[in-house]
Amino acid sequence: MDYAAVVGVEIFYAVAVLVLISAGLAVIFGMMRVINLAHGEFLTLGGYAAIVSHQAGVNIYLAMLVVAPLVVAVFGVLVERLIIRWLYGRLINTMLATWGLSLAMMGAMTMIFGNTTTGIATPIAGFTFGRYQLSGYNLFVILMAIVVAVGLYLALKTTRAGLIARGAMQNAEMTSAFGYSPSRVYLITFAAGSALAGLAGGVMAPLVGLNPASGANYIAKAFITVIAGGASVVSGALASAGLFGVISQTFTLLTTPAVGEIALLVVAIILLRLLPTGITGRFFKGRV
Amino acid sequence: MKLNRRTLLKGAAASAASIAMPQVVMGADNIKVGSIIDTSGIFDLYGKPMDKAVTLAIEEINESGGLLGRQLEKIDYDTQSDMALYTQYAKKLTRSDKVDVVHGGILSASREAIRPTLRKSKTLYFYNVQYEGGVCDRNIFCTGITPAQQAEVLVPETMERWGKKIYTLAADYNYGHITAKWIQHYAKENGGEVVQTDFFPLDVADFGATIAKIQDAAPDMIMSALVGGAHLSFYRQWAAAGMNKKIPMASTTMGVGNEHVVLTREEGDGIMMVYSYSKELDTPENKAFLSKWDARFGNSDDLHELAVATYQGMHLWAEGVRKADSIDREKVIEALESGVSFDAPTGKISLDAKTHHAVTSVHLIEVGDQKMNVVKSFGERQPVDTQGVCDLEANPDDNQQYEISI
Amino acid sequence: MFARDVLPALIIGVPAMFVLPMLFDAYTLTVLTAYALLALSLGFIWGFAGILCFGQAAFFGLGAYSFAIAALNMGSAWGPFFIAILVPAVFAAVFGALLFYGRLSDVYLAVVTLVMTLILFKFMNSSAGEIYKLGDARLGGYNGIPGFETLTIPWDPGEYLYDESLFYFAFGLLVLVYILLRVLLKMPFGRALVGIRENEQRAELMGYDIRLMKTIAFSIGAAIAGLAGCLFANWAEIVTPALFSLGQSAEIIIWVIVGGAGTLLGPVVGAAILGYTKFLLGQQSLIDNTFVLGVILILAVLLLPQGIFPSLVRLWHWLLARLPSAAPLRRRSGRSRRDKDV
Repeated sequence: MDYAAVVGVEIFYAVAVLVLISAGLAVIFGMMRVINLAHGEFLTLGGYAAIVSHQAGVNIYLAMLVVAPLVVAVFGVLVERLIIRWLYGRLINTMLATWGLSLAMMGAMTMIFGNTTTGIATPIAGFTFGRYQLSGYNLFVILMAIVVAVGLYLALKTTRAGLIARGAMQNAEMTSAFGYSPSRVYLITFAAGSALAGLAGGVMAPLVGLNPASGANYIAKAFITVIAGGASVVSGALASAGLFGVISQTFTLLTTPAVGEIALLVVAIILLRLLPTGITGRFFKGRV
Repeated sequence: MKLNRRTLLKGAAASAASIAMPQVVMGADNIKVGSIIDTSGIFDLYGKPMDKAVTLAIEEINESGGLLGRQLEKIDYDTQSDMALYTQYAKKLTRSDKVDVVHGGILSASREAIRPTLRKSKTLYFYNVQYEGGVCDRNIFCTGITPAQQAEVLVPETMERWGKKIYTLAADYNYGHITAKWIQHYAKENGGEVVQTDFFPLDVADFGATIAKIQDAAPDMIMSALVGGAHLSFYRQWAAAGMNKKIPMASTTMGVGNEHVVLTREEGDGIMMVYSYSKELDTPENKAFLSKWDARFGNSDDLHELAVATYQGMHLWAEGVRKADSIDREKVIEALESGVSFDAPTGKISLDAKTHHAVTSVHLIEVGDQKMNVVKSFGERQPVDTQGVCDLEANPDDNQQYEISI
Repeated sequence: MFARDVLPALIIGVPAMFVLPMLFDAYTLTVLTAYALLALSLGFIWGFAGILCFGQAAFFGLGAYSFAIAALNMGSAWGPFFIAILVPAVFAAVFGALLFYGRLSDVYLAVVTLVMTLILFKFMNSSAGEIYKLGDARLGGYNGIPGFETLTIPWDPGEYLYDESLFYFAFGLLVLVYILLRVLLKMPFGRALVGIRENEQRAELMGYDIRLMKTIAFSIGAAIAGLAGCLFANWAEIVTPALFSLGQSAEIIIWVIVGGAGTLLGPVVGAAILGYTKFLLGQQSLIDNTFVLGVILILAVLLLPQGIFPSLVRLWHWLLARLPSAAPLRRRSGRSRRDKDV
């Protein structure tokens, strides 16, 4: 019974990680039809921001939850102004440009931080559950994923800014006729997506050994989760993160991590073959 | 780096007197030492200190008058962590540079990529890295430690301390699979058992499910043969769950990439391993070596097992040339087989004629305060894994890497 | 057709084959030729059939692995040479049929091909165990497969193709494949393919089976990529899972987009120039290699969305100021329709 609970927590945790690492990408894709292939490096940048600032004496929660998102958001603003804004409406071109950005960031981080692995210890101690030991930090990650999902849903659904954002995405001309600049809306949306990526990077930092190439571990999973989820930001990401998280973790527990990862990818191919526009393209059309 | 190297060497030769560097004279008379190591790309953490070790050894030998009255000349290529470049540079070293010996290779893949080329061109090859064992080829000398040399000591020592039920975690490639077998072998031999062995591809960084599985199996100890940056996450997540207080851990791989420095004290303390080298070794040879290294490169922060093995490989080869009184490949091999030894930083090291592998000292080490503290030393361990499958005295034409079956 | 398509390729190609080895190392040229062939394969399916495959590296790796495995089992290298072309082609035909008959396109196609590459990469990486064995060949996992037979001169099995002879062989194949593709594009099949790229619906209403045609084009591209992989395996004498990596896939796309999609020569030029740049960058440690490649890709997308080669052609035409606008260089695949309901 205890073991079942432990396994349950691990599965929730796997889903939570997928939600966290794909939230930023989902916002940018769902709202702007832009796929940011440098998303993995945005996460890595968030991780470095958290680690460096923590090592410089900043409180660890401040470093993870404030500094990391801020740094990446500012970086995102630069990227949007310099690269993305010239390519709106050209999905493939933005993918290629951000792929270039991904390589450039990886190279730049290698030059700055060196090709070594670094990290910080987790701030939350483990605790005993029955005869098992559980990571307190994993529960924190689950909590953060819930906060992000609920926050995002409320922001889009209930706030004025969310309304304007959704409006601008559906009809840019109409929005500007109401006096809101679509260009600014895009900028803010991209910055928000970047901040979410930074937050995820910061939260994940204590769990991993971070190096400049770490982004590659995230991007494929985030990318697949978002595309399989389809156009609806929150429900899409939640649905596919739930599906993939359960499948990969179950296979990992039953067999090996390699099989777990391959199972996730195979399910992704089958899913896209059956539902070419993603889960929400079919089932939850028009939801947030 | 070819152009730079030539111009640099020439510059160095020209200004040798003024900056008191060992004199390097360019010319046909030099003994050419080829070196191919990844000094950039994802393996540069391992390769850069190894390259320094080659440089240091060559400078030492040249300072003491060279070999056979001739100076050594280093010809090196950076393989950029790209396996395909190994074959190319090996061909270059043998065909156009015509070197007398090649030292190098880090991953087993890189060694297997260049071994045939060097054998065909009759160029003596030294592979100076801890690896999975089993290579049987008269043209190669392997001076790094192999799994049996580690597991033979580590498994019984830790089982005696912690208990008989072992859970093994290993990197999912050649080294990990073979090391896992040896752990199982020595566990059984000492009356223990391996309850489960899990393999992880090198890019797996999430160990949550595994930690749950381990708890369900409730072993007395963990044996880790995890490798690389992503696997570092395991130690971190293990400690985050508080497991490091409950189940002790030993490793055959931790520390080679200086993992014990990246991990915090709480995360790393208490992990045990067996290596041939630790910076904390309290011997005159090691003290002298460290001070030479510091004097030459500023500090020894990046120094690790593989760099020391490379340094020792260079010196063993030099001993062989001295004993053979020739640079001829056949004579050097015979001299090396007849038994040469070197009083190395790790302790006395010699070569086994049957397998061309190193007979070396190993040390039981416990991580404490981000240092590799030596608990106990064991002299002259034979490469018993390779000895079980390879006998070059009986079959000098053997040429393969045996998969050791236990 | 001969005068316009075959002759120029021969006039430039044959002398180049003999001049290049005088200027550069043959071993560098050989790998650049393999890369050029690989770029050509993507250039064909992307630029002319409008299929953006993010996983062309999968076929490259399949070709290389098929060659290595077959060479270890057969002991000679000419049988494996053809197997290395056949295996990726058949795999692509099956996989392509699965996708195109399901009418996947655009970004979803990109994702699925990317995922397929990842699966192969992960599988090869975790195949170190003893059970992963095909005949005499161990897949070897992360360490890859070394020590297989390489190509020999067909009439003299003792004489290996290496260095210059391997380069001549590879370059000859490159010219041959280029000419064959040029001819193919002039034939009804090729013209219909371009028609599909321009407007799928129209082509379909005219009675073309676009699903079948795309599948065939995909398979041809995979065969060429497999050939490139086979040449690479002969050059490197080792195959490793890195051939399937995301980085490798990214590089192919960069070559094509920098060189110019929508042409055949562009990708070849792009691969050669960027491959050589990477080689030069690898010899210094001041600037990170990946950084430079990334910046080149960003700049190429922003400033030269049509690629170096077509831009040069356009400049040439502009200078001549006679032909009003060159061939239809606009890439349809580069634009996606914006879905209204998003």
